[in-house]
Amino acid sequence: MGKFIFKRLLIAVVMLFMVSSIVFLIVNLMPGDPVLLMLGTDSSPDPASVESLRQQLGLNKPLWTQYYDWMFQLLQGNLGMSYSEHIPVVQSIASRLSRTLELAGLSMILACLIGLPLGVYSALRRGKLADFLTTITASLGISIPVYVLGYIFIIFFSLDVFKLGFSMPSGGYMDVSRSFSGHVIRLILPSLTLALGLAASIMRMTRSSMLEALSNESVHALRAKGLSEWNVIFRHVVRNAFIPVITVIGLQMGNLIGGTVLCENVFNWPGLSTLLVKAINQRDYPLIQGCILVMSTVFILTNLVVDIIYGLLDPRAR
Amino acid sequence: MDTMKQCMKNKKFVFSAVILIPVLFIAVFGPMLVPNDPIAINPSIAFASASSQYPFGTDEFGRCILSRLLAGIRPSMLVAFIGTLGSFTVGSLLGVVSGYTGGKTGNIIMRAVELILCFPPILLAMMIVCLWGAGVRNLVIVVAILYTPHFARIAYSSTLKVRKMEYVESEISIGASTLRVLGKTIFSNVFSPLIIQISLTISSAILLESGLSFLGLGVQPPEPSLGQMIGDARGFLSLDVMYTVWPSLFLSLTILATNLMGDALRDVLDPKLRDSF
Repeated sequence: MGKFIFKRLLIAVVMLFMVSSIVFLIVNLMPGDPVLLMLGTDSSPDPASVESLRQQLGLNKPLWTQYYDWMFQLLQGNLGMSYSEHIPVVQSIASRLSRTLELAGLSMILACLIGLPLGVYSALRRGKLADFLTTITASLGISIPVYVLGYIFIIFFSLDVFKLGFSMPSGGYMDVSRSFSGHVIRLILPSLTLALGLAASIMRMTRSSMLEALSNESVHALRAKGLSEWNVIFRHVVRNAFIPVITVIGLQMGNLIGGTVLCENVFNWPGLSTLLVKAINQRDYPLIQGCILVMSTVFILTNLVVDIIYGLLDPRAR
Repeated sequence: MDTMKQCMKNKKFVFSAVILIPVLFIAVFGPMLVPNDPIAINPSIAFASASSQYPFGTDEFGRCILSRLLAGIRPSMLVAFIGTLGSFTVGSLLGVVSGYTGGKTGNIIMRAVELILCFPPILLAMMIVCLWGAGVRNLVIVVAILYTPHFARIAYSSTLKVRKMEYVESEISIGASTLRVLGKTIFSNVFSPLIIQISLTISSAILLESGLSFLGLGVQPPEPSLGQMIGDARGFLSLDVMYTVWPSLFLSLTILATNLMGDALRDVLDPKLRDSF
């Protein structure tokens, strides 16, 4: 087991190194001179100041020296200065990372709470009306884009077009220190929006994996042994069925991060993704680099955790 | 022919075909079907309500919403289909070749391709769009790059499996050329998992394209696209709900139909997985 975890850790480290190198390369190949961008493009800047700024930023050095310097700084936790905000990139990411993680984490939990029981239920009622309805809903759930779902929620619950008698805030963020209820109420719609799509894929996988586990011959043996149906399903079948679902949850991490990018935009959630989109529009390269690096790191680390959990549960995977 | 019959019996297949055929028709002939010019700006009639001339009303620039919907499907489909075709070609070739060569070389090729999977897809897409600029042509390249590893993996593992089969070995032993073994025997065996992957990739690609266009990083105005229309409409949600609803409905239905097509193909082509999604 220790060997398995060590191997996974090693792979994750190699992946992190590769990802940061690719991000460095892509960002440094981008067209446009960052120095001209920093000095403002409206007037033609004085060549001497362009040259001194270039020197100051180390942009006159060859690419591999820049790469070496950048990697050296990165390992010390320094991601450079943001061009547009004039503060260290680490600082502007740090304040927003927790908000994105809060949104994504809560959505993941909600998605499991919705998807797993529905998948089990639907498999047990296979071919019945309840199964039909849940599978149709799940097909809809994986097809409707996150932002469309977000607008559906806003139309129903914020604009209150159907006169439900209440109205939720359609977006924004409030710090817990200001008002706890204000914080939670602004979290509900975005996290539900993100959760439903995920719940649908978790439900589909749980259902098919349950059906497979149910068709296993050992189930007959368990029943023949005289175990109650409850015992057969929940102590034996479900335990086997949930193992492949964990892989799906891992695979959905990429979609979850993609989902936060869109969802934060719909609900004006001031997380990493809104920062990234802003950075892209302002061509703030260090900030773009930082955001993508941090989000990819989160992605790789969550996948590492999922891999290790999978290995713990299924000895064959080690 | 047998496969076709099975397809026609599958309800999901029929349902998705009923939606997808008109959608593809609109994608091809959309610009000829539009009642009005989809990009002609006329601020004096902004947010006009539905009328015989503007069946779905007009947007904030007085452009006909229906015309924009009809014209906006084409870029999404173009990106999804050509991009998927690209990733299918490159991915399955790389996969089959590295599976057939096997050993270290094959492994190295696969590892290199899988580097793409270290990134969440939309982030890599945003980075590439940043580098090359937005627009349909670059989105096609983005889709082709992003989904290459999926095809490569499937082709690689299936080829490795088939490669060891006795009938392939016997074919090699009687002197069949490498090209013949690859092209005829192996490719026909890995074809059905690849077909299923194609339909999955098309729906992911539509989602990706519309997501990027929604953020303003995809199809660039004045050319319309469904995702971009939803993004444009966001400021006017309380003013004109239908402006958001129409493109959302078109987009969601198209993706639903593609997903169901994938499910149906999996039912038909891979009977082991039947009824299990």
